[in-house]
Amino acid sequence: MALSGMRGLSVFISDVRNCRNKEQERLRVDKELGNIRTRFKNEKGLTPYEKKKYVWKMLYIYMLGYDVDFGHMEAVSLISAPKYPEKQVGYIVTSCLLNENHDFLRLAINAVRNDIIGRNETFQCLALTLVGNIGGRDFAESLAPDVQKLLISSSCRPLVRKKAALCLLRLFRKNSDILNVDGWSDRMAQLLDERDLGVLTSSMSLFVALVSNNHEAYWSCLPKCVKVMERLARNQDVPQEYTYYGIPSPWLQVKTMRALQYFPTVEDPSIRRALFEVLQRILMGTDVVKNVNKNNASHAVLFEALALVMHLDSEKEMMSQCVALLGKFIAVREPNIRYLGLENMTRMLMVTDVHEIIKRHQAQIITSLKDPDISIRRRSLDLLYGMCDVSNAKDIVEELLQYLGTADFAMREELALKAAILAEKFAPDLSWYVDVILQLIDKAGDFVSDDIWFRVVQFVTNNEDLQPYAALKAREYLDKPAIHETMVKVSAYLLGEYSHLLARRPGCSPKEIFSIIHEKLPMVSTPTIPILLTTYAKILMHSQPPDPELQNQIWAVYSKYESCIDAEIQQRAVEYLALSRKGEALMDVLAEMPKFPERQSSLIKKAEDTEADTAELSAIKLRTQQQTSNALVLTDQRPANGTPQGSQLGMVMVPSTSNVDESAVDQQLTQSNGTLSVGDPQPPAQDHAATGDILGDLLSPLAIEGPPGVSPQSEHNNNVPSHENTLDALALAPVGDQESTVKPIGDIAERFHALCFKDSGVLYEDPYVQIGIKAEWRGHQGRMVLFLGNKNTAPLDSVKAVILPPSHLKLELSLVPEVIPPRAQVQCPLEVVNILPSRDVAVLDFSYKFGTNLVNNRLRLPAVLNKFFQPVQVSAEEFFPQWRSLPGPPLKLQEVVRGVRPMSLGEMANLFNSLKLMVCPGLDPNPCNLVASTTFYSENTRAMLCLIRIETDPADRTQLRMTVASGDPTLTFELKEFIKEHLVSIPTAGQSSAPVAQQPQATNPPIASSDPGALLAGLL
Amino acid sequence: MHASFVFVLVKYRCSFSLYFLHSIVLCVGGSIVLRRISRRRELRLKMGIRFVLMVNKQGQTRLAQYYEYLTLEERRTLEGEIVRKCLARNEQQCSFVEHRTYKIVYRRYASLFFLVGVDNDENELAILEFIHLLVETMDRHFGNVCELDIMFHLEKAHFMLEEMVMNGCIVETSKANILAPIQLMDKSS
Repeated sequence: MALSGMRGLSVFISDVRNCRNKEQERLRVDKELGNIRTRFKNEKGLTPYEKKKYVWKMLYIYMLGYDVDFGHMEAVSLISAPKYPEKQVGYIVTSCLLNENHDFLRLAINAVRNDIIGRNETFQCLALTLVGNIGGRDFAESLAPDVQKLLISSSCRPLVRKKAALCLLRLFRKNSDILNVDGWSDRMAQLLDERDLGVLTSSMSLFVALVSNNHEAYWSCLPKCVKVMERLARNQDVPQEYTYYGIPSPWLQVKTMRALQYFPTVEDPSIRRALFEVLQRILMGTDVVKNVNKNNASHAVLFEALALVMHLDSEKEMMSQCVALLGKFIAVREPNIRYLGLENMTRMLMVTDVHEIIKRHQAQIITSLKDPDISIRRRSLDLLYGMCDVSNAKDIVEELLQYLGTADFAMREELALKAAILAEKFAPDLSWYVDVILQLIDKAGDFVSDDIWFRVVQFVTNNEDLQPYAALKAREYLDKPAIHETMVKVSAYLLGEYSHLLARRPGCSPKEIFSIIHEKLPMVSTPTIPILLTTYAKILMHSQPPDPELQNQIWAVYSKYESCIDAEIQQRAVEYLALSRKGEALMDVLAEMPKFPERQSSLIKKAEDTEADTAELSAIKLRTQQQTSNALVLTDQRPANGTPQGSQLGMVMVPSTSNVDESAVDQQLTQSNGTLSVGDPQPPAQDHAATGDILGDLLSPLAIEGPPGVSPQSEHNNNVPSHENTLDALALAPVGDQESTVKPIGDIAERFHALCFKDSGVLYEDPYVQIGIKAEWRGHQGRMVLFLGNKNTAPLDSVKAVILPPSHLKLELSLVPEVIPPRAQVQCPLEVVNILPSRDVAVLDFSYKFGTNLVNNRLRLPAVLNKFFQPVQVSAEEFFPQWRSLPGPPLKLQEVVRGVRPMSLGEMANLFNSLKLMVCPGLDPNPCNLVASTTFYSENTRAMLCLIRIETDPADRTQLRMTVASGDPTLTFELKEFIKEHLVSIPTAGQSSAPVAQQPQATNPPIASSDPGALLAGLL
Repeated sequence: MHASFVFVLVKYRCSFSLYFLHSIVLCVGGSIVLRRISRRRELRLKMGIRFVLMVNKQGQTRLAQYYEYLTLEERRTLEGEIVRKCLARNEQQCSFVEHRTYKIVYRRYASLFFLVGVDNDENELAILEFIHLLVETMDRHFGNVCELDIMFHLEKAHFMLEEMVMNGCIVETSKANILAPIQLMDKSS
């Protein structure tokens, strides 16, 4: 054995190999670990050779997947061994067993440094490799100058310098301050002139990391990279050892082209020409050859060149060449090339306008969807998803549906989600969309997440024309012998709401609908039963005049579930039973569900969450498609009747008896293509729905928005909406009215309040816009980023954001673009400097135009006093001298505060801590008191310590005595008032009272509080 | 009660929806180019090669080298998952497998599988040929390398790999240079 002497190791390895099962292996390993442990214990007797042998055994055992929690010290100690073989083992095993945070590593730092600055080249290499693989911040700080010196030294041999380059890369990633950008860019340029290809390869990796961090500083290196490419492409000065199957170092070529992709453009015309010449040579000169390795290597270079051309995205001719190549690749037999062809075609969708050419390959891509290889299927699914638009949506979605039946389990969920999204986005008509989703549920019910069926219900609810069709379809699926539970849910829901629209058709009488749904009840699981119970209630409501037989059947069901163990089912059964005995009043409480507010598809959100890249791609596509797509636009609501009172309250509840009205659809289409702003999608009656969650909306069984006084029955008779009426109403609606009707979603004051305590969240939201905030605070400075998101498929115009700063803050908002593209988000950084302590609040005056609606809002910005606090823990020795040194007014102020919101001491401590006032327990001997401290930062006061003491009265929680002290009178006063505001104002009570006030049903609290939907929402 | 429940829910949603369009970040005054740069910039912390594994047909690990720290438990799970995925594949399928957030590029030589975990945007074919370069280098040293060579000369296999990959980046591709330190070691012992 060439293991020269390490016989023990060989024996051990072959022992393990001969073990017949895992149990035997474990026994053998345990025995060996015991052995090593005892040998290490009396360390004095171990020769370096023995140590080396045991350390290798440990590594082997570790590699097999057993925990080795001892002997690390021995491995580390080998690093300082004088001889090469021991040292080498020490370095390698240490870098395998330890991670950068391990304490022992710090012990070795000196030995490592000695090797790096020593004269022995081989030792230098070992040490640099270790640091390069596991070096942490400690190493970065202490070793960076030495490593830099080695890398740029002219006396060092290449074998050391190449390791130094990657070692420096590691240290740079740990601490980017170790390289001074200004000085280093010239050195980097020199490094890229290197002749030795080993040093050049690792320097190029270092360069990629640097340039990806900051390309601006390295423009001078760009020509050097092009030179390297020229040298390699022409095979000049490339030693045989670096040629791989006749190709000059393919890895270096790939790396160099990767580095070039971090520069936005190549401006210098001569360099540009040189680069394109090289790229042209690669694109044209790569042929398919017999030798697999040569073929792979040359194609590796080719694919990187393709990526670079795509990135530079300028030479039209070359782009079409690339597309042609990719088209060829996706049809070849070689699976690797096919895979990469599909992958790169997907990337291509993102950067250039080549859809039409790619669409020509659709048939081929669909074939790949059925490839036996899942990797290739995944790529083609991604590509199909990306290239889908209105023109080919029908074909692609139908292919996906067809494939769904045979697809493997690993892919079905993704497939179902993507099909649902595409169907939603690019539906040529909405009935097709309903067909697709129902088919989806039918074929792959297990993989259809709740989001998907919630979404179809939203669509149907918001589009009256669709309702009879959807109900009919749902009814048809129920005839199938075995259907998925999700199908039961969605059909029960749809039939509950809309089966009355089908009443005249055969098999669709309330009784028949009930019996076919009721057949499914024994098969479904607990969460579905409540939906069915609601459906029965709705059927009962719609069967007017009441059919006694049906009534008795349904009552029997309710009575049965009245004592159900599941609280949700029980509650619904009890309530529906009671309600259904109320006769006419049933119509009020069980009226049709109101329309859902326009919101972003939860599906798209889901897809975005899971895969940012795909989402980006789809968003870009969506933007280009939005002119032609009407799927989303159609969900805009139109007022159903012209009378003002009706549109206030009644309209969303009036069950429309008009059947599908073709002309109305047409009208809407032209409307939506025209202005996109069809009235206001937020009737006030929906505020409840707007603040709710999709889930809450869907599962809440009662539409109790209507005030008891209104009789929907009479409206039902009087206001059968005709589409002329609708159009009149639209045409006459004055702009001013619409402006006032864009209602924010959620309570602005509440959102502001929440943001005072945290650094990111939503500041404002309405049906069109969402404004989010993310903030970072450092001392007296802060940086906020406003995220202005357009939620719709039409651009927002005349966007204006002006900051009205108070005198104590310096605020600088970067330029806000006037137009926000559809579904896009714009980030606007806002720099904040705090000059003086003050409780005044900065205001953002934000306005935009959506269609003809001008919306203007003044929003308070959460740059409040406590953002400039830095909590500090103060000990008794620090606190008391400080406290005493601030004698009294104006530096120390005391006040008895009355009308304090009652809270326990613990709650108060939490409140203080969340205001960044650090509560210091134990400082005050009285347990009813509370002492807190913080540091306040502003330009004028600099860092200033603030001390607070609160004395409470356990007998009367509504009053307390507060003492505030700091070195600045204004600060003391402002801080005292600030704390008072928070103690006296009642944020939590406000939380619950504000939304209630907006809701009409607040007048009827018993029903509201027992709403099972809300209860369920609470539970979720 | 009703209202406050709804509210809790709304707050919960908001924290997510802030980022609802995060993927389409348009910098102010930004153009397509700027966006592309920022996309690239996300990749900054990536490291190329994450691990190199050699596994036999039975799924036993013969060599494992990680370039990012994973706990033993994580390693065991990871190795189990990817070995199951890759070993089930046949010759007609491509050499790339997507796993979690990265890709496995693999190649089979007789009874031994070489699996390399790389970032999603790594050049797959370059890695595929890098595996072959590793095998050719081993061949040059051992003469037609086999599983047993790697098993019983674990330290040499490690040395070779260490000469070729460092910190997740390729450091050397010349066989002579890769093998030089090993020859030095052989000479000294």
